[in-house]
Amino acid sequence: MALQDKYKALTDAATAAGISDLAVREQDGVLYIDGTAADGATKDHLWDVYNQIDPNFAGGDLVLNVNVAVDAAVTQAKVITESSNLNIRKGPGTDQPIVGKAAHGEVITLVNRSNDLWWLVRTNDGEEGYCYAKYLEPQA
Amino acid sequence: MKTTKLFMSAAVAATLFFAACSPKDGDIQTAVKAKEAAEVSVAVTKGEVTLTGEVADEAEKAKAETIAKAEKGVKSVVNNLTIKPVLSSAPVVIADDSTLIKNVADAAKDFPTVQTSVKDGVVTLKGEISKSSLVKLMQQLSVLKPKKIDNQLTVK
Repeated sequence: MALQDKYKALTDAATAAGISDLAVREQDGVLYIDGTAADGATKDHLWDVYNQIDPNFAGGDLVLNVNVAVDAAVTQAKVITESSNLNIRKGPGTDQPIVGKAAHGEVITLVNRSNDLWWLVRTNDGEEGYCYAKYLEPQA
Repeated sequence: MKTTKLFMSAAVAATLFFAACSPKDGDIQTAVKAKEAAEVSVAVTKGEVTLTGEVADEAEKAKAETIAKAEKGVKSVVNNLTIKPVLSSAPVVIADDSTLIKNVADAAKDFPTVQTSVKDGVVTLKGEISKSSLVKLMQQLSVLKPKKIDNQLTVK
């Protein structure tokens, strides 16, 4: 119960933000908060709250697993790397050979998002392969 | 003098008339509270009802509002009810180490100052990192279903 009290501000914020499929569970001294946020700003807000309760996330007593909902109809994504090109790989994993690159800021086609971490994409040049989903921003 | 008296009594009569027509806040509060679920708190100010508390789901929240709106004398309803988070009894799913090792390596690839290790679902982070990168790394690791993230990073 103590962990739920410690992170009450966070679960309250998640509730207020309308996180769907919200689940709060405590197991072996770790609190697990799972759910889906409507957008990236909502997710970032929750991480801000988490950071206020546990600066620098050093406590090791919370796993905040909040994904951002992606509209199934979306077929385009923008490359949101810091500045570099994004690798396109043959399969889902950094151990897979690089088959192409997408430029920073380029908008490419989403082919398949069945893997949460690696999305199958196609560039405007017709190169097809897997990109790390964190560097892709779905375009409405 | 007579006119003033007449005017005053008319004013008193009008006040009584209107008071009789619209129920007092206290009466509305009692009536609404009696119909609402126990966890719903009811406050009334000048016919405006404010609902607070935690309910199980959206349907309960909407139902509470409908009940309040239906009460005589209620002018408007402010629905501040919140939905109780689900305290699921299902065990938390933890990724197995082989999956976790691969996914952690993928996530940490772009953070070259961070050393990662995985054992029994626990992801341990060592080295140093900037504050802005730390949030990104933690977000990426948290969706991989680790048992725990043991963050020993020095934040620059």
